[in-house]
Amino acid sequence: MAKATILAAGVGKRFLLHHKRATSLKERLLLHRQSSSEGFWALQDVDLEIGAGQTVGLIGPNGSGKSTLLRVLSGILAPTTGTVEVRGRIASLLELGAGFNGELTGRENVYLNAAILGLSRRETHRYFDDIVGFAELEPFIDNQVKHYSSGQYVRLGFAVAVHVSPDILLIDEVLAVGDESFQRKCLDKIAEFQQRGCTILFVTHALDLIPRICSRGVVLDHGRVLHDGDPVEAAERLRSLLGTGADQSGRGTVAGDRPRVAAARLFDPASGAAKGHFRGGEAMAIEFDVTAPAAGPPVSVRMAVTGPADVPMWVMESDPLHPGPDGTATVRFTVKELPQIKGIYALAVAVRDPAGTVTYDARRFSEAFLAVGDTATGVLEVVWTSEQVEPPDENPVER
Amino acid sequence: MAQVEEAADARAAAQSRVRLELLTELVRKDLKVKYKNSALGFIWSLANPLLYLAVFTLVFDKLLNNGIKAFPVLFMAGFLVWNFFNLATLSGTGSVVGNANLVRKVRFPRVVLPLSSVGFAGVHFVLQLGVLLIVLALFYRDAFGPQLVLLVPALAVVTVFAIGMALLASALNVRYRDVEHLLEVILLAWFWMTPIVYPVTFVQDRLAGNPWLFDLYMANPMTGVVTAMQRAIYVHPVAGGRQILPAGGYGFYLTWLGVGGAIALVLLAAGWWTFRRFQADFAEEL
Repeated sequence: MAKATILAAGVGKRFLLHHKRATSLKERLLLHRQSSSEGFWALQDVDLEIGAGQTVGLIGPNGSGKSTLLRVLSGILAPTTGTVEVRGRIASLLELGAGFNGELTGRENVYLNAAILGLSRRETHRYFDDIVGFAELEPFIDNQVKHYSSGQYVRLGFAVAVHVSPDILLIDEVLAVGDESFQRKCLDKIAEFQQRGCTILFVTHALDLIPRICSRGVVLDHGRVLHDGDPVEAAERLRSLLGTGADQSGRGTVAGDRPRVAAARLFDPASGAAKGHFRGGEAMAIEFDVTAPAAGPPVSVRMAVTGPADVPMWVMESDPLHPGPDGTATVRFTVKELPQIKGIYALAVAVRDPAGTVTYDARRFSEAFLAVGDTATGVLEVVWTSEQVEPPDENPVER
Repeated sequence: MAQVEEAADARAAAQSRVRLELLTELVRKDLKVKYKNSALGFIWSLANPLLYLAVFTLVFDKLLNNGIKAFPVLFMAGFLVWNFFNLATLSGTGSVVGNANLVRKVRFPRVVLPLSSVGFAGVHFVLQLGVLLIVLALFYRDAFGPQLVLLVPALAVVTVFAIGMALLASALNVRYRDVEHLLEVILLAWFWMTPIVYPVTFVQDRLAGNPWLFDLYMANPMTGVVTAMQRAIYVHPVAGGRQILPAGGYGFYLTWLGVGGAIALVLLAAGWWTFRRFQADFAEEL
């Protein structure tokens, strides 16, 4: 029986939030003994034993300590309590191309970065062509890295990191960057590592990836391990934690008399056919059903389309909606031309009073649609309209 | 299985051990970055001692004759080694903060950062010393004698001392960012406290009444190093009836090199200890 590759026992990490910390000798002298700080436990009592060859998905809400855990396991941060034992060479893909120097060429950076990751010059020399080939940068390898596009930069970073023949791969959401074909290539590479018996621990927000790739799922919340085991259960556990559980597309039931977001539908405005996959420049319609007390005050719906890392891409807000006698209202947002964005987008939607002072309900529909366009550059100009419409007949609202 | 595990352990160790290859790669990077956009590149650094020699020859030998024979040689002997110490200390101080992105995101032995700064300064020093020796071979042939052996202990002491300074200052600079500025001022004062532009015997004569004060002056490890460098290269200890470098064989120089070496070792230990103690927090502080 091989020993665990990663053994974390009782790991806790406490960050100090300094209020009046002396950051210079001068302040140190002036602020003598006045510095105050407050502890914040980013991780607590984390016990993890990861055997060789396992692929573990690490998921959790924002700020649950996922990245901190990866940084502690990779030896960048020292744990405040507990111990971490690691066997083998770690490639931590916390930030791709972290060690790159813009003034140097791609070639020089490959050698430098590989040396930092623990490779000898001879080994780097052997892998060099593979690295450049994987990154698809043959024509640019002798250009200065500062002239690279962000995609090229990230590709080179990933290529170096995976070619140092790691025993353990720690991946922090880096797969969210790069275009789709490169993402697929990265996933293929991960599969190759799995076959080779490499241990993989990765953080992701793409919950559908977890059951597909991982043999085990770990859910972190507020720095504690909430679930450790079956990956499908892990993803479900997180969904329920985030309130984006089942019934993402079905119609909800009215609970109480507070206005609520019941359902969301995405479709092609021309044909009315449901759709989840849009190309840049195509029209897109999004309908939300809202339940609200019949003949109650008007409500408005505000929604944001959010991209990777929850960055809001654009926001749309409806005019006041007047709930019908059945206590529902449906609003349709129509985007005339989808901007040239790329990736998986979520909808964050809230029901508020028209003045925007009270938010009655907020929901997030993650992985709502996939957009395939050229990568957006600059400011997005989105032309959209909103109107209150009759709810579709074929699917009557349950009351 | 045991073999596989051993190999894995070896690879894990390779990531936390200070490897010469990593150091040379980092020094190479610093050199490339520094000279990337200059057409003459390295020539500037090599020309530097030549320019100093030319200017000092013009000013001190021709215009303001200070009565010290071949003064530019005396000056360069101390100045080059001081430059090494100065550059190693200052670039070492900023080395961890300057590589914040790396420190926050990648696992590698942090101590290579200040060490590579010393290496960077060392490459410059060795090349500049080479240029100086070539010039001496052309114009000051007498310099090549058995006394050159003094270079060996002098360089050993200054290297240890510079590494100690770089380790200590780079670690402190992460916590207190003004260490860098403070050091700049200290190094300027330190330069004048070290017999580089004036011969050490001037101080010796002035402090003849207080020998302990002179001992204190000599306890500065850089003074020991600089006087030994001067003794190794400069062969006119007596000029115009005036003692320029202390007489009495090599005993004087070796004694003070020994004292400086001891202080340098203590500083190295303190720097190492501080760096080890602080490095766990680097990723948080940056």
